[in-house]
Amino acid sequence: MAKRIDAIDLNVYYGSFLAVEGVNIRIEPRSVTAFIGPSGCGKTTFLRTINRMHEVLPGAYAEGQMLLDGEDIYGSGVDPVNIRSEVGMVFQRPNPFPTMSIRENVLAGYKLNGTRLSKSDADAIVEKSLRGANLWNEVKDRLDKPGSGLSGGQQQRLCIARTVAVEPSVILMDEPCSALDPISTLAVEDLINELKSDYTVVIVTHNMQQAARVADKTAFFNIQGTGKPGKLIEYAETSTIFQNPENEQTLNYVSGRFG
Amino acid sequence: MTTAVKNPDQGGTAPTTAPQKSSGGNSLTAGQKPTWTWLAVAGGALAVGAGLAALMGESFSITGWLIVAAILYVVGMYIATRVIENRRRATDGLWRNLVWAAFIIALIPLISLLWTVFAQGLPTLLANPGLLIYDMSTTNGATDAATQNEGAPLSGGFAHGLIGTLMITVVATVISVPIGLLTSIYLVEYSRGGWFARAITFFVDVMTGIPSIVAGLFAFAAVQLFITTFIGSSPAHLQMVKMGLSAAIALSVLMIPVVVRSTEEMLRVVPNELREASYALGVRKWRTIMKVVLPTSISGIASGVTLAIARVTGETAPILVTAGFLATTTWNPFSGWMTALPVYIYRQLINPTAPADPLPSELRAWAAALVLIIIVMLLNLVARIIAQAFAPKKSGR
Amino acid sequence: MAEQVTEARSASASPTTKSSGSASADKIFAGLAYGAGGLILLVLAFVAIFLVTESLPALAPKVFSNVDSIKSAENFWVYVMPLIGGTLMASAIAILLATPVAVGIALFISHYAPRKLATPIGYVIDLLAAIPSVVFGAWGMITLSSAMVPIYGWLHDNLGFIPFFAGSPSTTGRTLLTSGVVLAVMILPIITSLCREIFLQTPKLHEEAALALGATQWEMVKMTVFPFARAGIVSSIMLGLGRALGETMAVTLVLSGGVFSLSLISSGNQTIPSEIALNFPEAFGMRQSELIAAGLMLFIITLVVNMIARWIVSRHKEFSGAN
Repeated sequence: MAKRIDAIDLNVYYGSFLAVEGVNIRIEPRSVTAFIGPSGCGKTTFLRTINRMHEVLPGAYAEGQMLLDGEDIYGSGVDPVNIRSEVGMVFQRPNPFPTMSIRENVLAGYKLNGTRLSKSDADAIVEKSLRGANLWNEVKDRLDKPGSGLSGGQQQRLCIARTVAVEPSVILMDEPCSALDPISTLAVEDLINELKSDYTVVIVTHNMQQAARVADKTAFFNIQGTGKPGKLIEYAETSTIFQNPENEQTLNYVSGRFG
Repeated sequence: MTTAVKNPDQGGTAPTTAPQKSSGGNSLTAGQKPTWTWLAVAGGALAVGAGLAALMGESFSITGWLIVAAILYVVGMYIATRVIENRRRATDGLWRNLVWAAFIIALIPLISLLWTVFAQGLPTLLANPGLLIYDMSTTNGATDAATQNEGAPLSGGFAHGLIGTLMITVVATVISVPIGLLTSIYLVEYSRGGWFARAITFFVDVMTGIPSIVAGLFAFAAVQLFITTFIGSSPAHLQMVKMGLSAAIALSVLMIPVVVRSTEEMLRVVPNELREASYALGVRKWRTIMKVVLPTSISGIASGVTLAIARVTGETAPILVTAGFLATTTWNPFSGWMTALPVYIYRQLINPTAPADPLPSELRAWAAALVLIIIVMLLNLVARIIAQAFAPKKSGR
Repeated sequence: MAEQVTEARSASASPTTKSSGSASADKIFAGLAYGAGGLILLVLAFVAIFLVTESLPALAPKVFSNVDSIKSAENFWVYVMPLIGGTLMASAIAILLATPVAVGIALFISHYAPRKLATPIGYVIDLLAAIPSVVFGAWGMITLSSAMVPIYGWLHDNLGFIPFFAGSPSTTGRTLLTSGVVLAVMILPIITSLCREIFLQTPKLHEEAALALGATQWEMVKMTVFPFARAGIVSSIMLGLGRALGETMAVTLVLSGGVFSLSLISSGNQTIPSEIALNFPEAFGMRQSELIAAGLMLFIITLVVNMIARWIVSRHKEFSGAN
């Protein structure tokens, strides 16, 4: 069920401001791809165009094509809401719904959409998703407790379980570990490694070691200066990017000379 | 605590020697007035005040004495501090005393008002619990005259006022809450800061400032215009204008801005991350609003709505001009005059049932005022409890 | 905007098989929210239009009702000017009495009261704000007015040369000054809570800088709190004034009304809201138009006062934005 992603000449705008320019990238299914780059280089912006989340911000839009297994998600008549149930997203800070229990949080994708589930189906989804997020053993005895009572790392894995529960084909992660402590980070990274057997995983990270640990391929984004658009500079196997990059900017960045 | 360490330059009153701001208990107490100064000044002020009050007034009044003594105390403390310490300290102390005085002055009317209402209303209500279940249909000048002059039991009551207030408030709430809620949802969730949203915000501000009686006139004029245009303009039709519904419309004009403002504030507090989490699950915007945003902020919204209800429950003028008043009970807000509790109080005071024997009317008014205050205070209390008890649980860490 | 157009289209051409319900529900909901906002604008437009329409017969009797004069006076302005005068006088008394006390209490809560006391006092002030106006009116009519009688006697004997305290003092105490005092008590919590908010926003760094320079508490307040809060204080006074102008019951119940006079301690004078409340229930025809027209004047006056208050606030925002 994992799907391939192709961006073709994709430009992203906030109003009249061109934030990301001319991205061409092919992301293979069942792989982990990391986006790295300095702050403000447009990697998060680009990530959010993959499930049309950037449109939530007033005035933001994208030009060009974004193909999901060959179908353009920006084609005419495509409903962004449907795209988002196909392409899930995990955010920088864990954001479980505070009014819901752990169980309800996992089922949020169904409950919020008003889908009726039988109790056995719901139980099966909850257990499968929580197991998938390596959280089942920790929370199985307190499924009816509020999700906000968990630790930060557990909350983030709960958010991953919530995303997995609606069975997307792609999972986008926007700096999923930046708000977590090292132990929780490790747990989430382990989880990312497992997720790639079923999903196409795209992760934005500030942490180059993290990219090196989890990603099969890495894309480096850069920006020439404030007010200029961000660009995809180099995209290759993770080992190539970190050890033998073609582009000088990439070399400077991964060797810690800026950013 | 030993504060008795004497400082060599004790007599110095120059500003440079006493810049420290002491709240007692440290050893740098040089050049400060002894701690008992205020007692001495207060005693002196009371004594001199007693003398002055006795001289000035023909009769010795405790109130006058206390006022004079308070003024003397403030002035006396200023002089004492200025002589013993310095001018800056004296000014500081003077303003401190004035600020305290402001607070005490504000307490006087509050205490006096609550005392009056309870002292007059509570015994009446306890002696005549029937006030709560009867209306005024069997009460007239003769019965009140009998009550005042022959000691007959207090007749009548304000059940019709309670029912009227209930019905009018319920209808007003039914009108204003959906409009107010949807408007704030528009402002927070849909508007992108365009002219329309700015216009709404501006005019909601304007509505907050509409005098309540003007809101009443508006509702009256609107309903009258509606009836004369669509139904007819005979005197009988003009009579229809005054009804509970018109009053509810008037109260809605007062209520909507309050609901919009408080709800808007609550919706803006909902973290954007929750909306994004919901969108990212493929949930539509309206479902996100209904199932994520509103439940997260529901306690704040409910509390705001309750406060808005509390506010309009006590309104008199707009109901007086739109629903009039009646001696009998009616449950129907859509036809005929209707009495609300505040209007009842007003009518009993300004137009007693027995003009020559106003005491029974006054007693009923105080009892009704007590009930009204209790209702409004309960609503305020409920609002606070809702806001605190059901506040969204902050994240565990 | 391009994406909105896309969003509005049907989901039939979706590349995915999952459905999240129809997009039309989204449109309906957005329409409802938009409509509610529009309704508010419409209602306000109606307030203005209806009040003007119903006032016209009184404002221009010759044009709109073919009579030479209105019912209560030869023309509307002769009728309404004394009322406006009474309204302004009562509100001015209220503002003069309430402002120093309110600012004092706000300072008390924000800077002087012990922490443990500040919160309950805040509650007490809110409590004062929650008491219905008719109860204030009743208290003013029965308790306060009789307590004011000796004060009026004293004012007349000692300050009678001032026009405000001339004339024979009322024996019931039901005068414009008593109404003003009741109004002052009623607007006190409004001004207090607005000022308190502003005082509490004074940058802590400024306050500590002042204290560290050896300022006494009063000097600190004078140096940091007041300059910071000046515009805020003025606008909260204006908002309090707006409330005082429109308040009905405190005056209707307390004042034993009559013709306009400068004397505050004898009966007489009337305010617009009180005039309406006293006469509207029995009014019809031209009398009703007169009263609605008077209400229109009140609406305009309060509107102007409130707009000035908001204008001060918004202008102040630009300045404090630099902080």
